[in-house]
Amino acid sequence: MLRLQKLTKTYKTGDQALKAIDLEVPKGQVLALIGPSGAGKSTMIRCVNRLVEPTSGGVLLDDVDLTKLGSGALRKARREMGMIFQEYALVERLTVMENVLSGRLGYLGFWRSFLRRYPQSDVDEAFRLLDRVGLLHMADKRADELSGGQRQRVGICRALIQNPKLLLVDEPTASLDPKTSRQIMRLITELCQERGLAAIINIHDVALAQMFVPRVVGLRFGEIVYDGLPTGLTPEKLTEIYGEEDWEATIEKVDEDEDVEAAE
Amino acid sequence: MSHRELDDMLGKGWRKPAFIKNPFLRWALLLGFFAYLVAAFKTIEVDWGRVYEGLDRGWAFVLAFTSPDFISRWSDIWSGLLESIVMTVAASVVGILISIPIGLGAARNIAPLPIYMICRGIVAISRALQEIIVAILLVAIFGFGPLAGFLTLSFATIGFLSKLLAEDIEAMDKVQAEAIKASGARWPQWINYGVQPQVMPRLVGLSMYRIDINFRESAILGLVGAGGIGATLNTAFDRYEYDTAAAILILIIGIVMALEYLSGIIRARVQ
Amino acid sequence: MPILERDDAQIWRRRTTGQSLVRWFGWLLGVAIFVYCWQLISKSTTWFFVWDAPRIANDIWTRATPPKWGYITQLGRPIWDTLNIATLGTIIALFLAVPVAFLAARNTTPSALFIRPIALLVIVSTRSINSLIWALLLIAIIGPGVFAGVIAIAIRSIGFCAKLLYEAIEEIDHTQVEAITATGASRWQVMAYGIVPQILPAFAGIAVFRWDINIRESTVLGLVGAGGIGLQLSASLNVLAWPQVSLILIVILVAVMISEWVSAKVRGAII
Repeated sequence: MLRLQKLTKTYKTGDQALKAIDLEVPKGQVLALIGPSGAGKSTMIRCVNRLVEPTSGGVLLDDVDLTKLGSGALRKARREMGMIFQEYALVERLTVMENVLSGRLGYLGFWRSFLRRYPQSDVDEAFRLLDRVGLLHMADKRADELSGGQRQRVGICRALIQNPKLLLVDEPTASLDPKTSRQIMRLITELCQERGLAAIINIHDVALAQMFVPRVVGLRFGEIVYDGLPTGLTPEKLTEIYGEEDWEATIEKVDEDEDVEAAE
Repeated sequence: MSHRELDDMLGKGWRKPAFIKNPFLRWALLLGFFAYLVAAFKTIEVDWGRVYEGLDRGWAFVLAFTSPDFISRWSDIWSGLLESIVMTVAASVVGILISIPIGLGAARNIAPLPIYMICRGIVAISRALQEIIVAILLVAIFGFGPLAGFLTLSFATIGFLSKLLAEDIEAMDKVQAEAIKASGARWPQWINYGVQPQVMPRLVGLSMYRIDINFRESAILGLVGAGGIGATLNTAFDRYEYDTAAAILILIIGIVMALEYLSGIIRARVQ
Repeated sequence: MPILERDDAQIWRRRTTGQSLVRWFGWLLGVAIFVYCWQLISKSTTWFFVWDAPRIANDIWTRATPPKWGYITQLGRPIWDTLNIATLGTIIALFLAVPVAFLAARNTTPSALFIRPIALLVIVSTRSINSLIWALLLIAIIGPGVFAGVIAIAIRSIGFCAKLLYEAIEEIDHTQVEAITATGASRWQVMAYGIVPQILPAFAGIAVFRWDINIRESTVLGLVGAGGIGLQLSASLNVLAWPQVSLILIVILVAVMISEWVSAKVRGAII
């Protein structure tokens, strides 16, 4: 469904963030993108919806090359891709409900959105999503009154109300504590399953990635160095991705954590 | 439970919660504001014929900016400008020097209550009185000339700088100051080592900003006879010499821009 | 190195000899400039008047007290005009300042090369020139009256408000804007949902802050004929009616205090 062809990004400073990436994500598949800081993970998912303009190469969503679209068509294409951010990126001075509904902006004219006159179907969908993530009672709270985990749930609702085919998820757990991180990851993967969504999840926590996703792609210096099952991530592979470190502890910890979680 | 809530809410409209919760108060404020606007507009008497006539002159003035005349009244402009600069420099120096002790006295966390009250009183008086009014009174007392302007600007500087300095001191990091106190420092030593390093960058920044303001104010003090470029400017307007007026305004804008640029550099260096 | 070696002992110095010399020279230069400025001021001052000042001040004081309380009945209209000049001027200025600020902010300007410098020029030229000078200019163009005062206040406030606002726009959190863009929102929707909510508190704060300043400024605009209570002040000064002058000054002081109180309250409620 999503295909990246020789996707390249060179910043003005001359840094090559992505070096001719080829990647295919089939419908309904959730994949995790791992790699050290600066490997180009963030740049890659931002190149998909062109928050960052790729230098060359193609991004094909259902055989439409997004890199060739004009601004109007690009906006339509962006509606198909929900994005979830690291620091939640909620508009803090708007209410939870407004933040969720802002996911519908691409479907709405300016004045209707400006006057907050959303169609009843959108409002109902927003209520359903908030109920699904357990935040219905917070609908009229301002976004900056929420805790980190709650904000990320609102961010998820905002991405889902777009009715996307694909989720672009940028470090969803980087600012959360370990327990909330798992809850959020579980929520995202569950929702993807419910709705048959594909997702690219940027994540630096290898253990978390291994717990929740069926496919892992490892990025290093803008190149794909691993693509396969999470179980295939051996210490050697991790060394290739991240550099020298004692990986046994990380991998083992996963199992321990799993037991703890099961016991809870 | 939560699903019952959801079923209740589905199909119902959603409105953004209003900024002012009480609808009566909200509408009263809105209506009151509009009523005020209407009343205000009604009482402004605009002589549109006069305005229309003025458009030509306005245009002439805009054109004057393209050909400002620095030459024909240059000696007047120069003496006025020099006087403005001199007043600015002298008043800023004196004002800053006096506002430091008053600023220290007006900070509740380092000054005893009686001194605090006196200093806050001085600040309040200085801030409440508009520069131009102070200038009128001082001109009446000391006679025409730059002395009145100098005193006015010094007085205004004290109110401005002392207040902001005091607020800065009140907001400073207590722990650093306590550490110095704990070493057995006397009061002046404590100020020098515990307080001064913390507030110095901001004091420099504010002083630069005040010099900027002082120069701009010095340009109007001449209107009431307190010296500076204002008198020259006023004369130029009275004689409808727009090209000379344009030249003076360009000089003022240029100097203000130069001062802002300079203060940007200095602030970046002390930080 | 700030450590000197002498008689096999290391002596710590805060600065090297060179640094100290430069500093001393800087101070010397500063003092010299100040003395020079003071001499210029002193030269154009009639010192006889200055020595006579205490007597004159005393004289004015005895004439001005008690204020002519009955005169207040004639001040109703001027006070209303003053309020209108400040309020309408602020409102007009805000309407004009918003687009200028968006054009001047690095992250929202359509063209950093052409439009941004123009917007910055508008900002610096309107805010470098005091509202009294704007009033002077406008009176020459469209004639004396409240209208000239409103426009003068409006023009002066554009630069002030636009500068603070564009700084606020440049400081917004970019990821919130990114998130709205990613939903497929149009340019204006990104503005309304991503940028405006972030700068709204700053905008309200700036509006009230400037309104407070404008109340002060509009009290003196009448001195040059631009309406408001300053007109009465100027008339009373011209006929040396000191009891009226003192009453007007008291009224102005009260007005300034009320506006400061209102502005502090409103800002407290917003933040």
